[in-house]
Amino acid sequence: MNKIFEIPLYPYERSPDQDPPSVARHKVIVVGAGPIGLGAAIDLAQQGIEVVILDENDKVSFGSRAICFAKRPLEILDRLGCGQPMVDKGVVWNMGKVFFDDRKVYDFNLLPEEGHQRPAFINLQQYYFEEFLVNRVRELQAEGAPIEIRGRNKVSAVGTHPDHVALEIDTPEGSYNLEADWVIACDGAGSPLRAMLGKDFVGRVFEDNFLIADVIMEADFPTERWFWFDPPFNRGQSALLHKQPDGVWRIDLQLGWDIDKEREKRPENVIPRLKAMLGDDVEFELEWVSIYTFQCRRMEQFRHGRVIFAGDAAHQVSPFGARGANSGLQDTDNLIWKLKLVMEGKAPDSLLDSYDIERVHGADENILNSTRSTDFITPKSEMSRMLRDAVLDMSEHYEFARPLVNSGRLSVPCTYDRSPLNSADALDGPERTRPGSPCPDAPLGDGFLLPRLGDRFTLLTIDADAPDRIEEDGIEVTRLALSVKDDPTLALKERYLGDATSAVYLIRPDQHVAARRASFDETLFRAAIRRATGKE
Amino acid sequence: MSDLILTPNIDGADDFYAELLATHEGLETAESNALNARLVLILSNHIGDRGVLSQALRAARLQEEE
Repeated sequence: MNKIFEIPLYPYERSPDQDPPSVARHKVIVVGAGPIGLGAAIDLAQQGIEVVILDENDKVSFGSRAICFAKRPLEILDRLGCGQPMVDKGVVWNMGKVFFDDRKVYDFNLLPEEGHQRPAFINLQQYYFEEFLVNRVRELQAEGAPIEIRGRNKVSAVGTHPDHVALEIDTPEGSYNLEADWVIACDGAGSPLRAMLGKDFVGRVFEDNFLIADVIMEADFPTERWFWFDPPFNRGQSALLHKQPDGVWRIDLQLGWDIDKEREKRPENVIPRLKAMLGDDVEFELEWVSIYTFQCRRMEQFRHGRVIFAGDAAHQVSPFGARGANSGLQDTDNLIWKLKLVMEGKAPDSLLDSYDIERVHGADENILNSTRSTDFITPKSEMSRMLRDAVLDMSEHYEFARPLVNSGRLSVPCTYDRSPLNSADALDGPERTRPGSPCPDAPLGDGFLLPRLGDRFTLLTIDADAPDRIEEDGIEVTRLALSVKDDPTLALKERYLGDATSAVYLIRPDQHVAARRASFDETLFRAAIRRATGKE
Repeated sequence: MSDLILTPNIDGADDFYAELLATHEGLETAESNALNARLVLILSNHIGDRGVLSQALRAARLQEEE
């Protein structure tokens, strides 16, 4: 039977755009049908903006690749109408074990906070993730939304102009030209578009190779993340075992720098390594094997006029900490509402510069975290190894050492603390919901808070009065009126009020806080709306 | 007599660890060892309490009390 990643999901079809003489102009062209490109296009289409996705391939991700999706991206996917199938299919996990040398040093439970609709993490193969996104594209098409995917359409040249972007596209039937008002480049770490525009991509290269294998087995390992430092079956290196849906297990083995990649990838070399790890009596089948190296780097700027970069095309991190696809989805979550307002003439073009500021900040935070994890997992000097081993030795005996063990700090969304879109904090409220923060979820009777926010500006009032609707210079803001009584668990109070007795929050379409105050004040909130849309 | 703290007690553990590694950056192993020795003495002086210091010395040998 063919694997899902071997079947063309969006096979090449000739488009009328390929027939000259006129060059078709589209509103937005998204380059790359990976998780980020598909997410961006779905967001645009469900808000009525015409979009064409171009991909040089016609299939979902080959092999599992990104497998760990965090709560914030799942909340974004809910807004995009496809969170539920991901959570239904995915493996939810909270527990883990850390091993050092030949022994387990400790167990952990992530103990996710109560009162959130979505779990802290799910594990799901990237090919399923992309398949669910493609299904959502098909659903939107059936509803008449203006979205199209063109498989085997490879961008071969790009020209930037003040009012549009010109693209030359290669297909199995020859090349053709297209124009777009805007281009979103989601064409991955090796981004051809970035190279064509001659933009640099600098950062730190990590001299290490990792063997990554998807193994199908009927094993009674629990649904936990197991991480080994310097195990007997992979001396001096690390190893990871993690469960995916369908009885597929992800295994990562660090191999070091001086290896023969082609040799190491051959099944006759991979299988003995896995047997040494899993034990001789475990029956397994290899589904997919790859060897990867990685870098931590980002573009200096993500926005280049009408070409905007997102996901791995804009920034690349080490895989420890699941900050690749997770942060890419946060990029487009940040970008699309801004682009929509600019396209509709409701916000100045400079609003898009805040995408650059906010997501460069996010990328730097992710690079910092994943670099630290990498430095812990693969110490670069004798002393850093000695300190690392001391932490691991002590983690077996003393609780204090466990927070210092770093096998990946799992992805959490960043707070845009110094964003030009924030208004000064005017509520003596919880730190976690200060301006710039992503809204934390909270239970509301038989539902949750986050599904009631998003796609538009919202005025969230908690035990406070305000108009049901305000319009400020084309920006419409609707009120969501709540009371602490709506949540008997008091999570809403604890997360949004703290010691305050009432609050009014201005919440952006990407569910980040723009402003907050104890009570409504028309002049101040109108100014906050202007500020949040790049007008002050 | 106060007890040695062996539960997490450092705010921003990752920031601290990164700062510790950065302090050693560029040093030869012998220099790093000397730095660690100075650090132990500085921290010991800061703690001051002989009872706590004795507990810490035993803890570092991974000989658990009980």
